[in-house]
Amino acid sequence: MDDLIVRNISRMIIPFIQLYGIFVVFHGHLSPGGGFPGGAILGASIILYTLAFGSEKGHLKLPHSIAKWLESGAVIWYIILGLFGIFAGHVFLTNKPAGFYMGQAGDIISGGFIPMVTLAIGIKVASTMITLFHTMIEEEEH
Amino acid sequence: MQLLNVILIVFLIACAIAVEKTRDLLSAVIIFASYSLIMAVLWLLLRSPDVAMTEAAIGAGVTTIMFIAVISRTRRMEK
Repeated sequence: MDDLIVRNISRMIIPFIQLYGIFVVFHGHLSPGGGFPGGAILGASIILYTLAFGSEKGHLKLPHSIAKWLESGAVIWYIILGLFGIFAGHVFLTNKPAGFYMGQAGDIISGGFIPMVTLAIGIKVASTMITLFHTMIEEEEH
Repeated sequence: MQLLNVILIVFLIACAIAVEKTRDLLSAVIIFASYSLIMAVLWLLLRSPDVAMTEAAIGAGVTTIMFIAVISRTRRMEK
């Protein structure tokens, strides 16, 4: 699609969509939302970019070589955080007894490992959604 | 508030029946997006804003784009 209005409006609103997605991901333990909705909003912003600017420029925003590392790395990060509980002598995904910093209730840095787990889920969901869309668009062309 | 709830649910059922009855798949996808939007408002009225955000982002946003991408690769009309 090569339309001036669509391209300019997309260029204006995409930063706000991404800021909102990052807000939802980082406030997952304080307010409604979390890793999955925030990651979906972040993925939708890049999908909007691909729709407005075409497949080639959209693909440069998140190539498959980076997406595979993001997806695998987020899952491995989640599992490593869960294994901390086992090494501390508790069950998988133990939060406070495993020695995570709890902080002040209501702050961004609080709740032990929950912000870190939410960040991993957000990266994984956003990357998966963008990769799914790009794969579909690419198969359309040849 | 009760009236709004009833109107939304009636519209939701109408959308669900229309998706099944429509022969044009592109129209069906658009009706399905409106179904997801109403469902998101209903989740909000049921005091579950978490699910409402997910429904608005996934149901009305990404699923619609995925369906349209699939329709662009296959036929538009149902046989």
